[in-house]
Amino acid sequence: MAADTELSPHGNPFRHLVVLIPYIWLLMFFVAPFLIIVKISLSETAISMPPYTPVFDGFATIKDFISQLDFDNYLFLTEDPLYVDAYFSSLKIAIISTFLLLLIGYPMALGMARAPTTIRPLLVMLVILPFWTSFLIRVYAWIGILKPEGLLTLLLQTLGIFGPDEQVQIFRTDIAVYIGIVYSYLPFMVLPLYATLEKLDGTLLEAAADLGCPPMKSFWTITFPLSIPGVIAGAMICFIPITGEFVIPDLLGGAGTLMIGKTLWTEFFGNRDWPLASAVAVLLLLALVVPIAIFQNQQQKS
Amino acid sequence: MKFTRLDATVLTLCFAFLYIPILILIIYSFNESKLVTVWGGFSLRWYRDMWSNDGLMDAAWITLRVGVLSASLGTILGTLAALALTRFGRFHGRILFSGMIYAPLVMPEVITGLSMLLLFVSLNVDRGFWTVVIAHTTFTMCYVAIVVQSRLYTFDRSLEEAALDLGCTPFKTFFVITLPLILPAVISGWMLAFTLSLDDLVIASFTTGPGATTLPIKIYSQVRLGVTPEINAISSILVAIVTCGVIVTSLLTKSRELQRQRDERAAFRAGG
Repeated sequence: MAADTELSPHGNPFRHLVVLIPYIWLLMFFVAPFLIIVKISLSETAISMPPYTPVFDGFATIKDFISQLDFDNYLFLTEDPLYVDAYFSSLKIAIISTFLLLLIGYPMALGMARAPTTIRPLLVMLVILPFWTSFLIRVYAWIGILKPEGLLTLLLQTLGIFGPDEQVQIFRTDIAVYIGIVYSYLPFMVLPLYATLEKLDGTLLEAAADLGCPPMKSFWTITFPLSIPGVIAGAMICFIPITGEFVIPDLLGGAGTLMIGKTLWTEFFGNRDWPLASAVAVLLLLALVVPIAIFQNQQQKS
Repeated sequence: MKFTRLDATVLTLCFAFLYIPILILIIYSFNESKLVTVWGGFSLRWYRDMWSNDGLMDAAWITLRVGVLSASLGTILGTLAALALTRFGRFHGRILFSGMIYAPLVMPEVITGLSMLLLFVSLNVDRGFWTVVIAHTTFTMCYVAIVVQSRLYTFDRSLEEAALDLGCTPFKTFFVITLPLILPAVISGWMLAFTLSLDDLVIASFTTGPGATTLPIKIYSQVRLGVTPEINAISSILVAIVTCGVIVTSLLTKSRELQRQRDERAAFRAGG
């Protein structure tokens, strides 16, 4: 990046503004809010507006602040099995769906990378298009399909697989949540996979084939190892937001579907317990620190 | 790598999976019957109902304004951030800066939404239209930064250097050389920001206030009560708008790219 210094000599006011404006914006509206979340998660609930007692006003009161810290919200979270269960069940759902996404997304990305170069841009656009379409609408579309009196039941009854009285019992179960997640996140998985597979050097595979390597073996010894960066990028892009997913478990899941994003939402909008909601958010964030760090690393390398 | 029949089958199945639910939604928005599984004949009834539903139309108007404002702000901030990341080498706090650009892309929306809300409450700001705009600007600017950044990495930097060598100021160089070259990326960044804002339910729910109900919030509250054809109608219109937008921008980018290649060849011939 040596050329940079030319465009932007030190002390140039233009350079300073270019960095400072977005920097300050993100510090104010992205980093500061996190500090506030941590602070409020350590406050007591109060029935007022806003519904918490401030712990900390001004930097002069740091000593007071430390003595007032209140870990009750966190203790409460570890004691109540509802939160512990929601926490682990979100991680479980996120791990299983990321695996399913890889299982479906990898062959799809591979197929796209093998397709003739002329139709590849069209295929990429077809993958991107649903991503531009409202998330909410795409999840909503599945309600009409999956509900007991919905289109899937109708299809199965018409095909004669189901009797006239049988209905599909998927809606409001974990299965519906998995379908919704895989459907919504598939483009996020396919695009990074396709990006690495497309760049793959085809001559390596030709050489392997010339030397008598069967296609299956050359896939596992050449293609797959070389696509690992794409696999990691895709898995992280899906896994992190799925863990905190709210819309899908809320619309497609049932009462038994526990996910931490939904718990946070209920705690906040239903029970109006802001400190507890903040504590849930802080714990969710802690669970995601490692995957986020991996994601950042990958992005910076590429 | 050969494209086999198996690949074709996989692609067909996957694309069917991606598109059939949306197609069903659109088809049933023209259904006369209120029931999902009964086809009552073709009708524009739900589009008419939607049009005369004041609550829905107000929400659509608010969403549109939030989208345009936050996408524009986000595009300006995101383009600046992309310039800072690609053109300025090392500067103080660069690691934090790039972290702040990448983290919002994967951050669960409930966390972003809740943290924004708590910020506004701490600052004693009344929540409403502008708080949603600020929240949307913050997460969309990161997407714009990524899109513009990839374009800045790939284009020929010698053009900028030539302008600077000939005494053009950095400020002018940006507007005369850099901006026209990265314009396709800036435009698609704006489009992406706009659709993300149009689409957002979670962050808007946390940061909105009285009188600023956006369309996704409205749709969500109706969807929770069950499938209604009116929502199918408005969803189909949104899908149509987005599809047209994506196709038009991709055609525009393509024709600009072809024009640029022609220009370069012409310049090369003239020079040689």
